[in-house]
Amino acid sequence: MLEDKDRIFTNLYGLHDPGLAAAKKRGAWNGTAEFMALGDEWIVEQIKASGLRGRGGAGFPTGLKWSFMPKEVGERPHYLVVNADESEPGTCKDRDMMRHDPHLLIEGCLIASFAMRAHACYIYLRGEYIDERIALQKAIDEAYAAGLVGKNACGSGYDFDVFVHHGAGAYICGEETALLESLEGKKGQPRLKPPFPANAGLYGCPTTVNNVESIAVTPTILRRGAGWFSGFGRPGNAGTKVFCISGHVNTPCNVEEEMSIPLKTLIEKHAGGVIGGWDNLKAIIPGGSSVPCLPKDICDDVLMDFDALKEHKSGLGTAAVIVMDQSTDMVRAITRLAYFYKHESCGQCTPCREGTGWMWRVLTRMCEGKAQMSEIDMLLDVSQEIEGHTICALGDAAAWPVQGLIRHFRHEIEDKITSYRADKSIHAVAAE
Amino acid sequence: MSELRKVNVDGKEIEVPGHYTLMQACEEAGAEIPRFCYHERLSVAGNCRMCLVEWVGAPKPMASCAMSVNDLRPNRDGSPADIRTSSAVVKKAREGVMEFLLINHPLDCPICDQGGECDLQDQAMAYGRSRTRYDEDKRAVEEKNMGPLVKTNMTRCIQCTRCVRFISEVAGVEELGLVNRGESAEITTYLQQNLKSELSGNVIDLCPVGALTSRPYAFNARPWELRKFESVDVMDAVGSNIRVDVRGPEVMRILPRDNDEVNEEWISDKTRFCWDGLKRQRLDTPYVRKAGKLSPASWDEALGVVAERLKGDPERIGAIAGDLCDMESMKALKDLLGSLGVSSMDCRQDGAAIGEQGREGYVFNSGIAGIDEADAILLVGTNLRKEAPIINARIRGAWLNNGTQVAMIGEDVDLTYPVEHLGSGPETLAGLATKRGGFGKALRDAKRPMVIIGMGALARADGAKVLRSVGELAAKFNIVRDDWNGFNVLHTAAARVGGLDIGFVPHNGGRDTAGLIKGAGKGEIDTVYLLGADEIDTQALGDAFVIYQGSHGDAGAHRADVILPGAAYTEKEGLYTNTEGRMQDGVRAVFPKGEAKEDWAIIRALSELLGRTLPYDDLPALRNTIRRPDAVPFNPAKLGKAGAMAKGNFVSPIGDYFLTNPIARASITMAACSANVAGFAQAAE
Repeated sequence: MLEDKDRIFTNLYGLHDPGLAAAKKRGAWNGTAEFMALGDEWIVEQIKASGLRGRGGAGFPTGLKWSFMPKEVGERPHYLVVNADESEPGTCKDRDMMRHDPHLLIEGCLIASFAMRAHACYIYLRGEYIDERIALQKAIDEAYAAGLVGKNACGSGYDFDVFVHHGAGAYICGEETALLESLEGKKGQPRLKPPFPANAGLYGCPTTVNNVESIAVTPTILRRGAGWFSGFGRPGNAGTKVFCISGHVNTPCNVEEEMSIPLKTLIEKHAGGVIGGWDNLKAIIPGGSSVPCLPKDICDDVLMDFDALKEHKSGLGTAAVIVMDQSTDMVRAITRLAYFYKHESCGQCTPCREGTGWMWRVLTRMCEGKAQMSEIDMLLDVSQEIEGHTICALGDAAAWPVQGLIRHFRHEIEDKITSYRADKSIHAVAAE
Repeated sequence: MSELRKVNVDGKEIEVPGHYTLMQACEEAGAEIPRFCYHERLSVAGNCRMCLVEWVGAPKPMASCAMSVNDLRPNRDGSPADIRTSSAVVKKAREGVMEFLLINHPLDCPICDQGGECDLQDQAMAYGRSRTRYDEDKRAVEEKNMGPLVKTNMTRCIQCTRCVRFISEVAGVEELGLVNRGESAEITTYLQQNLKSELSGNVIDLCPVGALTSRPYAFNARPWELRKFESVDVMDAVGSNIRVDVRGPEVMRILPRDNDEVNEEWISDKTRFCWDGLKRQRLDTPYVRKAGKLSPASWDEALGVVAERLKGDPERIGAIAGDLCDMESMKALKDLLGSLGVSSMDCRQDGAAIGEQGREGYVFNSGIAGIDEADAILLVGTNLRKEAPIINARIRGAWLNNGTQVAMIGEDVDLTYPVEHLGSGPETLAGLATKRGGFGKALRDAKRPMVIIGMGALARADGAKVLRSVGELAAKFNIVRDDWNGFNVLHTAAARVGGLDIGFVPHNGGRDTAGLIKGAGKGEIDTVYLLGADEIDTQALGDAFVIYQGSHGDAGAHRADVILPGAAYTEKEGLYTNTEGRMQDGVRAVFPKGEAKEDWAIIRALSELLGRTLPYDDLPALRNTIRRPDAVPFNPAKLGKAGAMAKGNFVSPIGDYFLTNPIARASITMAACSANVAGFAQAAE
């Protein structure tokens, strides 16, 4: 259990004023210039030592990612792009950070940009986040007025500009290269990799794309030390993390907790437990809609971190815990997710464009039981033909929930098919 | 060139340059990689996922079109990276992609024009499963109207975006795009307008399925019914390499052939779609004007009348060769007229002031491929988009890939790439030589400077003086060097360079085109022999007796007193020399229409009647007499004539791109294209 004194996001619930003065009282912008005076490499080393892994879903070590940027700024400027296109169903953490603790993010932008020798940072905001844009822009204006960003940011002698760019509401623009395309004014479609953004990103220049949370925690890591941060969680899964708990729980919430907290503890302590008690639990999607669901027996003792969930063939993703109790029709739930991915596929590459629709159609029939038993294996095979064959990870994200469904709830599909047939045969007899 | 790197493809170790893609490396090793979206001459999209290969050790298969050998890491033990193109992983990936491509494809091959030459069909046979598992409803996509040339059936589209990439990268216009996303993604034209690019037909070849097919050719033939002839095009002076597809006596369609030196693998719309003009307005029997009316006649009669006329005073006889003539017929006519003592003949029916001072003074010296190397190009009096769309696309490529700077003096037209418009007429040309900054400096500093002078600058009364002025500029800016000759003349007619090479020009004080027409109008010329010449003012020929030899009933035939029906370019063996001076072979794909004969043979027959039998009995013998003109030292500063240039802007000789010659004017397709473009112009007003 995380103690209050160790929370990074002290205004996550908006109980206090998000403005600059109040944020400063909570510790933001404290010592920023001093950290910068210690040099860019020192910052990268600190982040590496803290064990921070990307909070956007893939969990790539943040410090390592920063170190991929060219050591010297050549002809092409460097850029930091903050991915605030938070669209993964179930995920709503970045939103609260930007609404209530925007100064942590802006300070993080300055520090991360400085560490990567970037003088400009773009925050790509999800299209639907109107209030968040207003809040964030207000905070940025405050920071400019106070000289914290802009020319000679924080008096460090470093020039730094930060811009908010509003997306148009496409899930695919949360994929880092599609985000860059969109930011450049093009259609949001992922780019081929390599080259990776650190080599050729925004406008062909070295770019790092980071999640809001990854950036927003960096100032506090520097203030309290890498050792403090790495002290939380199991090795390789360090730090604190904002979990978004939704679904069939008594009090859905965002909560900052220690990594590697047991899933059951997380739900019982912070979300008021599963509706109808823990035994009423059916399944949990532990990391946003794209990771495979886990049945109750795994949920009983699984730890919430990258490695533990991976062992169970799921993932931490964005740490958006979607809880489903016994009243849930798992097939329909996953069908709805399949529809989401079909709707959000960009249509660029074949397996995802064609396969997401196929899976959704088969699942829709399965919801009613109008399918053959052999189609369950076929569906699994189709999902495997999508997985790993696409340009970006949306294909994988569409395939995993379906694979999770078949892995753990195959019997539910079979029951539907069987009962549909039984139903049919009764009608057939009656008709005679 | 980048360093050589070792790769192990299917157990075979090969060494390839590091910049090679995995696909190239695999092909080098002899493995075949299926693909849909990848095309050598377009940017890499990597979206069809058909070319996936396995890199042993990598978690996922790789799109081999998008990954370069440099991106591979050697194995841990230092041995070269292992690529598999036929492993179980690859097989499954290909089958999966193939299945996905086919689930929403209508599989209407029996009624699809692509059938028999369809990438999807072929690769489904080679790499797909034998049956589908897809039981749901298939997607259908609304048809798009892309104009008179490209027929669509968008339900067949596999979203490879080759067409989009071609139109935006090579043709340089933003007319096609992929709208919507996911399953709803579809290719459409900008605001559902027709395609306007003069290269639009190439998307038909690029489309790997039957989504974009040829509208004029629709439902006309199957590829296996066609006999294919490799020939060259005569619609412009580029000499694009084409394949003429023929069924029985009919030309069914024209396709491009690969030739990196000339047209890469593109052809212009006029080249591709003029073929229906070969079937209309044809002269298929000799005619003789009797009592003011042309009436059909026998060859003997017609040739007899012609021979009679040609026996007259050679001073009062003249000949003009047209834009589509093969070299053999011009050579034969020149020899015949020469033996009769006729000195008034001209192959420059537009009156261009070229051909006097050596071959380098009238050809595209750097070669079309030289454009790829050029770093600064000055265009003088040419609208490349209309005069040579293929060359224009090449310059666009040079700008895109090498950042070539381009400036022009002439009409301020959109050439699909940034062009600095320096001015419109001779004043700017004269001024440029003295300019220290601006484009003058760019041209002076360029490693490979180039000037392209078009007929808009040369085919005018002061053409010789403009030529001198450009020549002097070329000399001053050192455009002609020992290892580089950037002095380029762009012709608009396929026959022009050939005619000049042969020397089909006035000699011993003979008259040129303008002189001939004037003389005929004044009654000083009695007989005019038009060898396919239709672009002159035939009404100005006065009372002269006009002999027209050619393939189409156009301006020349209309005015003629005798018509000798000749063969069109698809109906005869013929040599054509393109604007770069490249002599190429045209072949006979079909026979001339009706009574018509190959042109050289008509002149040979005429020579017998005149008692001046030409010394060649067959085509090889005739060809043996055709020689390149002797080389003379080239001094650009001495080209043309000295003197002050007249005022007046340079204007491209081509008004309507689609209607520049008798064949195109006889084509319904070309008329529809012309109306299409005119419609846009009208709408814009």
